[in-house]
Amino acid sequence: MKKTVSLAFTVAITLLGLLFVTFMIGRVMPIDPVLAVIGERATQAQYDQVFLELGLDKPLIVQFGIYVGDVLQGDFGTSIRTGKPVAEDIARVFPATLELATLGTLLGVVLGVPLGVLAAVYRGSWIDQISRLIGLVGYSMPIFWLGMMGLLIFYGILGWVAGPGRLGVFYEGLVPTRTGLLLLDAIIAGDWDVFKDALSHIILPACLLGYFSLAYISRMTRSFMLEQLNSEYVITARVKGLSEWNVVWRHAFRNIAIQLITVIALAYANLLEGSVLTEIIFAWPGIGSYITTSLLSNDMASVLGGTVVIGTIFVCLNILSDLLYRFFDPRAKS
Amino acid sequence: MTRHTPSRTMRIGAAMLTAALLSSTAMTAMADTPPNMLVIAQRIDDVKTMDPAESFEFTGADISRNVYEPLVDFDPLDLDAGYQPKLAESWEVSEDGTQITFKMADGHVFSTGNPVTAKDAEFSLRRAVLLNKTPSFILTQFGFTPENVEETIVAPDDKTLVLKLDKAYAVSFVLNCLTATIGGIVDMKAVMEHEVDGDMGNAWLRDNTVGSGPYKLASWKPNESYTLDLNPEFTGEAPAMKRVIVQHIQESATQRLQLERGDVDIARNLSPEDVAGLDGVAGVKVVDELRGRLMYWSANQKSEILSNPKVIEAMKYATDYKGMEDSFLKGQYVTQQAFLPKTFMGAIDDAPYSLDLEKAKALLTEAGYPDGFDVTIGVREAQDRIDIGQSLQNTWGQIGIKAELVVGTGAQTLDTYRARQHQVALEAWGPDYPDPNTNAGTFAYNPDNSDEAGATGLLAWRNAWALPEMSKETLAAVVEQDSDKRAKMYEDLQREFMATAPFAIMFQQIEQNAMKDGVEHFVAGGATTAVSYWAVTK
Repeated sequence: MKKTVSLAFTVAITLLGLLFVTFMIGRVMPIDPVLAVIGERATQAQYDQVFLELGLDKPLIVQFGIYVGDVLQGDFGTSIRTGKPVAEDIARVFPATLELATLGTLLGVVLGVPLGVLAAVYRGSWIDQISRLIGLVGYSMPIFWLGMMGLLIFYGILGWVAGPGRLGVFYEGLVPTRTGLLLLDAIIAGDWDVFKDALSHIILPACLLGYFSLAYISRMTRSFMLEQLNSEYVITARVKGLSEWNVVWRHAFRNIAIQLITVIALAYANLLEGSVLTEIIFAWPGIGSYITTSLLSNDMASVLGGTVVIGTIFVCLNILSDLLYRFFDPRAKS
Repeated sequence: MTRHTPSRTMRIGAAMLTAALLSSTAMTAMADTPPNMLVIAQRIDDVKTMDPAESFEFTGADISRNVYEPLVDFDPLDLDAGYQPKLAESWEVSEDGTQITFKMADGHVFSTGNPVTAKDAEFSLRRAVLLNKTPSFILTQFGFTPENVEETIVAPDDKTLVLKLDKAYAVSFVLNCLTATIGGIVDMKAVMEHEVDGDMGNAWLRDNTVGSGPYKLASWKPNESYTLDLNPEFTGEAPAMKRVIVQHIQESATQRLQLERGDVDIARNLSPEDVAGLDGVAGVKVVDELRGRLMYWSANQKSEILSNPKVIEAMKYATDYKGMEDSFLKGQYVTQQAFLPKTFMGAIDDAPYSLDLEKAKALLTEAGYPDGFDVTIGVREAQDRIDIGQSLQNTWGQIGIKAELVVGTGAQTLDTYRARQHQVALEAWGPDYPDPNTNAGTFAYNPDNSDEAGATGLLAWRNAWALPEMSKETLAAVVEQDSDKRAKMYEDLQREFMATAPFAIMFQQIEQNAMKDGVEHFVAGGATTAVSYWAVTK
């Protein structure tokens, strides 16, 4: 009970700090929130009217208090760009990011974990070298360039995948929105044409994100596995005559699974908040694209709302991985 | 339980992935745009609202022009002809010139099925004044106020609309303004059914449309796309394009790929590099169109040095217009030194200034600054602006003027400019409505030059430039009834401005739209209006 209260308190303080930092960044940025609303052609009288409507005449700390109060009620303000509540906008765009990041992480895990394990088992071999090369390229190549090259080759030249966007223009509106996750909605509706089109659109950006995830996950897996493979219990297992498959997967790998949970959670969180460029290149209408466009349009309510949501998810994923760690590893409980 | 070896598992995964890709490949290969559908890749993240009383952005204007009909309008295939009858079939001006009586045309119907009447026009124009949104000044400059609209905008019957002006304005001025987005007529009944808290349907019209134009808004997803479908009630000539889909594609390279793949018919935001890359590509053409945006530099007259006319003249002669046009601005801008964009009523082609460093140096010496001086140029952080700033820095430097570029965000430079705290501002200006007064009234009009006046909307005021005589001439031009004489007044005004103003208008924007060879009659709107999808064929 005491731990739960302590955790809740920590989360509350962290989120309040996040709100404070994002709010203050919004206020110190060289953007006139009034001009952002009314445009530079408006008269002084229109300017003064909107200045008061936005509550900018009040002290900063009072403005922050009002903002926190509103956020606690789920009100992030109204977007000057779309004219809709920011919360409604985020609810509309977030599923696109969630779908992309989830598929990207799945690809990263499915390919990255075995690659990392193999690289550790065959340390110094060509598998390890290829794994290093993949990791190096993943870390060092600008995502923007890789995305453009991917589009050029797989969409422009080969025509293997569909172009930018989530769905072809001829498939828009064919399946009702239930979850906001297009693949899932298409399955629920049983519309396989829409499903194939949506898959054709998502596969390239998901592979790109999955690749960056893979680079991180495989390097971490390799590192964790090397530590385990050099442990005495592994040597003992081998001396006992267990097969290499059993030694690697049933003994060593099981011991790194808990650490991997944290790594995967962080990779997932990174994809949720860090896929901005991918979303822009692929015209993917997700939250990264939403925040970026809002920033360029001086739509600070949307930027703050988006940042708070992403930050909250990041904090929650961290807490979740922490809880899972404690659940699976008895040593962490103590 | 069957155990798979790692290699086998990976093989199965790869096979599944390949199958998924191949199954989707067949569909993409078939994708092409149908002959009666226009698909466009464009940046549309500027849309804030579809309400014609509030919309003041490029994309909003594009949508409004195709959805709403104004009283008078431009023919996209003959923009030079000026305004033509649309919802109003004719108009009469009273003898004293302060009253315009419109006779409504028969046969126009809103997408709701309701007929368009003068009462709808009365409601729409009154509404725009009452809501007092940013573009309302386009109407209120004729003396309409929230307090007097019931007397000044009146429809005595369903066929007649009377506008009572506070002065005898040139009828061309009034009618040109009515072609702007704010002049779009909405369906009064439908709008008022959606009124919330006295907003006259403003919230509802943000993402719904009820016009009598060729199209109606079928869907709008902010930051994603909008779709226009044919208005089934439209009584004019049926457009060839039954559906128009505009996708938000931020990246120029992505737009180009889509066009080359045939997934879109038109790409509207290609960079100069991507336009050049399309050279020689089969089945694709690039169409250049002059738009209304002007690029200029201006000097704050609060500065003792910059208020010296010889100094300003020297700086104008030390600006390399042609060099910039032929190099980094090639294809994007064309030299224009008058404050009216080419194709506007009263526009002139005069270009008295060209790079002449000897003359510039002599003028500077004559002004008493043979060794030059230091100056700052406020520049927004956009590549073309920075390039122009660097060119000015270079050529001004050759006559001794040491210019420092102060690069900032749009908001930073605008704040400084509006507060009259800049030295030299490198800025751009686009017309608000298709009448010469839109630019004359800001470049050449400043009735009160005091700081207290706070006339931040006037560029002459922002530069602390007092011009009492030209201000009078600008006012005289808006009440000249004879259109030819009026055009001549603007020509004279521009020549006087070019000779004396602390402004150097440098360039007019060219829009380069890339499209499939078969696309014809795509007119982005020129310098005066927005795009007209109904004219397009392919």
